[in-house]
Amino acid sequence: MDTIIIQLLNGLDKGGAYALIALGLTLVFGTLGVVNFAHGALFMLGAFCAVSMHQLLTISKSVKDESIKFFDAFKEQPYLEIWWGDTGTAIIDYSVPISILLAIPLMLAIGIAMERGLIRHFYRRTHAEQILVTFGLAIVLQEIIRHFYGANPIPTPAPATFSGSAPVGSLVGLGENVVYPWWRLIYLGFSLSIIGAVFAFLKYTTFGLVVRAGMADRDMVGLLGINIERRFTIVFGIATIVAGLAGVMYAPILPPDYHMGMDFLVLSFVVVVVGGMGSLEGAVFAGFLLGILQSFAAMNEVKSILPGIDQIIIYLVAVIVLLVKPRGLMGKKGVFED
Amino acid sequence: MTDKKTNNWSRRQVLKAGVASSAAIGAPMFFSRNTWAADFRNNPGNSKNLVLGFNVPQTGAYADEGADELRAFKLAVKHLNGEGDGGMLNTMKPSVLKGNGVLGKKVTFVTGDTQTKSDAARSSAKRMIEKEGALMISGGSSSGVAIAVQSLAQEMGIIFMAGLTHSNDTTGKDKRRYGFRHFFNAKMSGAALGPVLKKEMGTDRNAYHLTADYTWGWTQEESIKETTEALGWKTLKAVKTPVGAGDFSQYITPILNSGADTLILNHYGKDMINSLTQAVQFGLRDKQVNGKQFEIIVPLYSRLMAQGAGKNLQGILGTTNWNWALKDAGSQAFVKSFGQEYGFPPSQAAHTCYVQTLLYANACETAGTFYPPEVIKTLEGFEFDGMGNGPTEYRAEDHQCFKDVLVMRGNMKPTSQFDLLEIVQQVPRKQVEYDAKIFGGELGPYVV
Repeated sequence: MDTIIIQLLNGLDKGGAYALIALGLTLVFGTLGVVNFAHGALFMLGAFCAVSMHQLLTISKSVKDESIKFFDAFKEQPYLEIWWGDTGTAIIDYSVPISILLAIPLMLAIGIAMERGLIRHFYRRTHAEQILVTFGLAIVLQEIIRHFYGANPIPTPAPATFSGSAPVGSLVGLGENVVYPWWRLIYLGFSLSIIGAVFAFLKYTTFGLVVRAGMADRDMVGLLGINIERRFTIVFGIATIVAGLAGVMYAPILPPDYHMGMDFLVLSFVVVVVGGMGSLEGAVFAGFLLGILQSFAAMNEVKSILPGIDQIIIYLVAVIVLLVKPRGLMGKKGVFED
Repeated sequence: MTDKKTNNWSRRQVLKAGVASSAAIGAPMFFSRNTWAADFRNNPGNSKNLVLGFNVPQTGAYADEGADELRAFKLAVKHLNGEGDGGMLNTMKPSVLKGNGVLGKKVTFVTGDTQTKSDAARSSAKRMIEKEGALMISGGSSSGVAIAVQSLAQEMGIIFMAGLTHSNDTTGKDKRRYGFRHFFNAKMSGAALGPVLKKEMGTDRNAYHLTADYTWGWTQEESIKETTEALGWKTLKAVKTPVGAGDFSQYITPILNSGADTLILNHYGKDMINSLTQAVQFGLRDKQVNGKQFEIIVPLYSRLMAQGAGKNLQGILGTTNWNWALKDAGSQAFVKSFGQEYGFPPSQAAHTCYVQTLLYANACETAGTFYPPEVIKTLEGFEFDGMGNGPTEYRAEDHQCFKDVLVMRGNMKPTSQFDLLEIVQQVPRKQVEYDAKIFGGELGPYVV
């Protein structure tokens, strides 16, 4: 029982990341009709916002390292610690949450620049061309990051307060063995909050109403005199922010490296396809579903019956869903069906 | 009257002339250097330059390690050509290197990008050999790549001086006559770690392995299991994980309630950084199981990995081929040269690549030729010192170098940004030696 609860939590927290990325992908596809293969790179850029903020806060004074005799080496002492002592240390410790403040405007700017500068020119082009150009963009973005940050993963720790494990079992009256990392629980809560906020925005605001109308019939909304293009640009920006925030908060879980976006991209596309192209609810549902299935498939008991199932479960589910429900679990008629 | 020409040569004279002609044609073969001039690929012949091919990961997950390898190669070339302070040329014994190139030719190099993919590594090696005239290929940061390139080297008759490769297979079942490995292997890691594990963790442990699902991971798991089981430890489970999985949490959660008190991470590079970080996040290091403190072991360490893992590595045991903190004259000479050139100490990947280049150059000088079979014969069984880790031997039977192995621990109190690992023990070469026959394989012919 303890193991099942831990695997379930693990699946939910994985699912949170998948759902957040897939949500952004679906928003862009549903509104703009663009298959954005650079979306994983936006997740990676978000994670590097956390890295950059950490590096910014730890700009240091170089002090000659007397312990190294063979050559001139220097060790670094952050200015924040020199100036503000423990307060400076605490600020550095909270660099990941603080980097959200950097990520929101930066990702919005990147999203708008991408949409205006590149994506817009491919609205009327085929999906194959969209995939090619966005995939190319993803490679360019990741190589830029590799150039400046190197290829090695960069440790970006969570605040020390949240670095240990939460005694989940004791808190809910189960065994003491049920523990789960605090930061992963925070990530799960964070992803649910973002997903809730996006849905609320689309459902309860006039802007969201117009966007949903545009998703249903873009031409009709245009005929009503509404500048749907501008709104879609903002939607692209919002999708970029969602991917970026998913990346920022994921940095302590997976030390960021330039390739992390690609690792998530394929999974997220499978999530979108399983959920149903253009369905926001489907993307979220499929994200959590596949996260949970992936987690349970890695259990030794499951693998002793079906060896290797952990490595193919997501694709197996995708095949089965597409055979039984070709539009995905919550896909709508007419979407991606030229 | 016709002037009829007659042939006055007797049969005996024809035979004598034939023997004399053969001797005259063959004479240079006995008396001059580079006598196999036309017989081997990429013979520099009368060229003033010698071309070496450095095949390292310039893109992909191991690009940082590849960059460090390339720095070391460039430094080795400088030293061979008599530039800089000479580095290990001053400490290597025996050595016939004089800092005037190799056999009078200036050393130049071309580079390739392995991308840490076997097919890409073979393509770049092939390009350097066929189009750029590389006479020797070196480098790499993965056993899969090393085995693939080594096999190509054998087919093409070009010597391959492997870079960082730790799988037993490289000089075991997949060994080749044209392949040489200076780096240690998983079997040696296990042999070095055994006594330290016994001393620090006892003989009653339940181990759980997470293993990268490819040649290196398999052989390391096998070697470490062999060591720990000989100590009396039980292996509860050995789980294969996909290479580059990123999030290993679904493989770590089953460990929490498995009854294991020791986790052995047969991961390297990015995988090791991620799996270790996540294992620590799941509180494994704070756990008490079976009345014992839960321990994590990382059998193969590198300083570049230690930088990625940060504080998570503190206190964790592992092994390395070499470390910049070694105090022997060779290591210090290399660290000084490298540090002055680049501003930071070299990694073990850089060290092995630097040493391999010098060893190859020295073998050519000693053999008096670039002809690969003769260079191979010179390297086989070559015993040397002054290049770190004490007296070293390139064993002829499998082309594996034998030298002291370092057992390391993640430094609890680093004094500098480079001081991430501390040397627990320099395990003597004798303790890590094994019979070459145990892994099987055939070296293959000298002449291909």
